[in-house]
Amino acid sequence: MPTIIKALKSQVGRKLMTGITGIALMLFLVVHLAGNYAIFASAEAFNIYTKKLESLGILLYMAEAGLLFFVLYHSYLGISIWLGKRKARAVGYEVYKSRGGASRQNVASRSMILSGFTILVFLVVHIWSFKFGETEMIMYAGGEPMRDLRQLVIDSFTIWYIALGYIVVLSLIMLHLFHGAWSAFTSLGVTNKSNTQAFKLGAYIFTILLMLGFIFIPIYIFATGGMGSLIAY
Amino acid sequence: MSTNMTIYLRYWRQSGPKAKGYFEDRTLSTVNEHMSFLEMLDVLNEELQLEGKEPVEFDYDCREGICGSCNLVINGQAHGPKKGTACCQLHMRNYSDGDHITIEPPRASAFPVIKDLVVDRSAFDRIIEAGGYVSVKTGSAQDANAIPIQKNDADLAFDYAACIGCGACVAACPNASASLFTSAKISHLSHLPQGNVERSNRVLAMVEQMEGEGFGDCSNFGECEAVCPKEISIAAIADMRRDYARAVIQG
Repeated sequence: MPTIIKALKSQVGRKLMTGITGIALMLFLVVHLAGNYAIFASAEAFNIYTKKLESLGILLYMAEAGLLFFVLYHSYLGISIWLGKRKARAVGYEVYKSRGGASRQNVASRSMILSGFTILVFLVVHIWSFKFGETEMIMYAGGEPMRDLRQLVIDSFTIWYIALGYIVVLSLIMLHLFHGAWSAFTSLGVTNKSNTQAFKLGAYIFTILLMLGFIFIPIYIFATGGMGSLIAY
Repeated sequence: MSTNMTIYLRYWRQSGPKAKGYFEDRTLSTVNEHMSFLEMLDVLNEELQLEGKEPVEFDYDCREGICGSCNLVINGQAHGPKKGTACCQLHMRNYSDGDHITIEPPRASAFPVIKDLVVDRSAFDRIIEAGGYVSVKTGSAQDANAIPIQKNDADLAFDYAACIGCGACVAACPNASASLFTSAKISHLSHLPQGNVERSNRVLAMVEQMEGEGFGDCSNFGECEAVCPKEISIAAIADMRRDYARAVIQG
């Protein structure tokens, strides 16, 4: 019997872990999106929400460490699979064409390494600016001062290149999930002949709804110059 | 009545495993629509031999789609363009006069070229040797229906048993993964009561051998299913992963 470590290093183990970390990161995106919509709840909601998160202390650190681990593990697996294919096919084809039909080779599945890498770079920038970046402080009536992240979001998305860059990266996440969301469940061995179509459809709907949810915010803020009626002041 | 077609061929020549390969071009003007793809290559070799040249080596045996010997990559597609069809069963009526056809051997580090279009697929044999068999005592042949098997399981086992080991899955996979072959062989046995006994050992050993042979990782591209002459579903691969996880967790 192989040890767990050996099993995790095997081709099948690596695929299982790609699926598990992928699903965990998708679930995180759902939570992240729900948090983002606090910006429309009331003037204070978003900042109170982020303040609450930051005041979780050790719990937050644990969650952050977990997420960091998932991101790094997922990236490591993706990169090693990508490097491995060169070794497995040292001499390439002169002509190569997908058969279509049952094949899931498409822009999404063939560009996982590119979309994944861009997302990784974006994550660094994103965390840099929103977690460690400089923020104005704000004080609500009867409360203590807190970071005005809400204003930072609004200010950022009224700048066209930030809004556009964000939308481009989010579109790449959508592309990544067009293959990844379905593929993760096949990696975990959940799919079979009769439910594959349902999983694919479910994955597409999930991906589209999730991404529309994310992209709506920068589009709305940019289109209204941050003064839209949905944003409470 | 059928008229002759002219086909512009471009095929891989390589005199030996270590030799440097190259593409050779040749025009065939007497291709008949009733010929199979391999018969077309027979015509090519006849012409070459009449000119005193070395014929092009390619693998074949039954020429009726059941042995898995042939596995040419035709215009970038393993076994050519037709769904559920091995290239021996691919007929020239699928092509038109004046078509250009490029023929390459399956490309994978685990399938080294022996000569021209023939590759060494003994890596598959070694994966089978690692566990693709039943070694427990199953007694003499049972009466029909003496061992109850769920219809669903019997059907699945039968679907996976259809694998002829041609290697088209590896040839077509962008990662040169052998997951479809290995998983079909694993799941075919594991769904049957006689094979179920060694289920855990089998999946662990065969997966390890598959990796050891130098095949790539699976990225769920599904290209293998699309080119498989037996149309084996990548559900087999999902099955293998489930089995693997089970075997590891149960210890």
